Amino acid sequence: MSLVEATETQAVVGRTLRQLAWARLRKDRVAVVSIFVLVFILFIAAFGPLISKWIGVNPYDFNTDLLSDAGSLPLGPFGGVSLEHPLGVEPLTARDISARLLFGTRISLFIALSATLITVVVGTVVGIVSGYSRGRTDTLLSRFMDITLAFPLLLVIIAMSPVLEQRLQAWGLPEGNPSRITTLILVLSIFGWPYLARLIRGQVLSLREREFVEAAVSIGSSNRRILFRELLPNLWAPILVYATIAMPGLIGAEAALAYLGISVVPPTPTWGSMLEESVGYFTVDPFYFFVPLSMLLAAVLSFNLLGDSLRDALDPKADRN
Amino acid sequence: MFPYIVRRIFVMILMLTILSIITFLLFNAVPTDPAKLTCGKTCTPEIVAANRIRLGLDQPLYVQYIEWIKGIFVGRTYGSGTATFDCSAPCLGYSFRNGEEVTTMIVDALPVTLYLAIGAFVLWMLIGISSGIVAAKNHGNWKDRTIMGISLIGYSLPVFFVGLLLLIFVIVRWNLLPYPDYASPFEDPVAFFQTMLLPWLTLAILYAAYYTRLTRSQMLETMGEDYIRTARAKGLSERVVFRKHAFRAGLTPIVTSAGLDLAGLLGGAVITEYIFSLPGLGRLAIGAVTEYDLPTITATVLVAAVFVIVANLIVDILYAAIDPRVRLS
Repeated sequence: MSLVEATETQAVVGRTLRQLAWARLRKDRVAVVSIFVLVFILFIAAFGPLISKWIGVNPYDFNTDLLSDAGSLPLGPFGGVSLEHPLGVEPLTARDISARLLFGTRISLFIALSATLITVVVGTVVGIVSGYSRGRTDTLLSRFMDITLAFPLLLVIIAMSPVLEQRLQAWGLPEGNPSRITTLILVLSIFGWPYLARLIRGQVLSLREREFVEAAVSIGSSNRRILFRELLPNLWAPILVYATIAMPGLIGAEAALAYLGISVVPPTPTWGSMLEESVGYFTVDPFYFFVPLSMLLAAVLSFNLLGDSLRDALDPKADRN
Repeated sequence: MFPYIVRRIFVMILMLTILSIITFLLFNAVPTDPAKLTCGKTCTPEIVAANRIRLGLDQPLYVQYIEWIKGIFVGRTYGSGTATFDCSAPCLGYSFRNGEEVTTMIVDALPVTLYLAIGAFVLWMLIGISSGIVAAKNHGNWKDRTIMGISLIGYSLPVFFVGLLLLIFVIVRWNLLPYPDYASPFEDPVAFFQTMLLPWLTLAILYAAYYTRLTRSQMLETMGEDYIRTARAKGLSERVVFRKHAFRAGLTPIVTSAGLDLAGLLGGAVITEYIFSLPGLGRLAIGAVTEYDLPTITATVLVAAVFVIVANLIVDILYAAIDPRVRLS
């Protein structure tokens, strides 16, 4: 009897992939925690300067009275943590670490987000066009992707940055951070898009043989309509997963470039430049190093974990429960 | 098979040509005057002008490109009249910084990068594949979760962080190893291993984390295939199913990925070489970039890109040999 009841109460309700994914994601504790961490970090990025004004700290002020006379290390526990300076001050300059972190988060995330956005747009468009068009266009675009991928990424980025920066300045971008940050975003995007384009192309190759595309062709839809109205909606799952996985990579790339000394112009802070400055004091003032590191790791880990969860949640082959 | 290889080699030559043009333009069509970069602070307008003519920098770009390519294959002669000097066959020009032949600099730096990449490669493949298999076999239980957790952290750490941490603790704090001072393995094997150990570990940690994840997901995917069920249904032991059926099929994408990653590293593990001051290709390039040494930058980028393209070809041919369907498409 109970069996009959059970089948009757559970009426079959059709659920879209989006609803399914959302339901799965909400049940996934790791994903929920990651989302909370990321929302928190995004909040900091958005309101960082306001928060630092509210606490009354400034990322560029020297508070040298807080340093020891010998060695110029911060006085007090944990690198000079106090009510006025919640995360302590830097050795040597005594700039407030919390304020630098608040400002730096915004710039690091801005660079990573912009590069992700450009990568996703360019990669998607090239991938769809290349996958859907047969023959010469496809071959040309695919070879172009191969060539871009063949370049030694970091080397070319490092070598290209000064050249590109000069170009941008010649085109009228102000010297210093505006042109430096634009350069960073551009070089990171130039070598990022082919990965996504390849992925999308592969998806489109199988999608274009499906009935709905045939139907669209048979009623005389334009190519543009088929590409962006018929194919694109079927691709948002891999695009979303890719974007989530690309973010931590780009955050790490900025940090690596900062370590090699070609990120933002000092004294502007980013996570990477803070790490680069603090690593030398690791043995004498470890707290200074752990602040930007934990922030960067929290962001990178959350993005990676969320990406994994998204991939599972959006998997059409997974069980529908 | 043969026509496929010929076709692929033809495509490769085409790609190499385009790649060399892009590389050349990228670094030689610069807004600054390259001739000014040829002599440091002692530059006079006369020396700049003389160098410009001597190095052929007064020629239009396409002539410079053709000369550059000619230098690589048949060698080239700089200057004219009585003040000529020859640069024999694989000639990549002369360094702006110290006038050394770029080819010599690359030939000197290449073995260091080669040892670094291959040592790290062996380590990370051993660690990555074995821990990935252990994780896949224990899917869902604490062993799997521990391995995945560790690999996720390893995968998320910035490269320079791992390297610097090892350097600071193992060398500076605990004095377990002497400061890195590269020596050739044939002259001083002990110093060689002492220097290379930490760089190998640095790269191995990062890549092993990635390969653990890759191996695990590949194995889990293959274990779900129908032919695995068939193999089990035939009554094969779990051991044979895993080794002969799942592992071999799951390994192919890993081999592809491994070939490309190794090739990528051969072009210079920039950050690792920088941290441990290894005189490899990556550090050569960084040094060249900071001093606008254009011939050296162009050459290192070209060499690194050639590695990747050739590795691409080898991987594709291997793939076609393993999977006949590839040849027909």
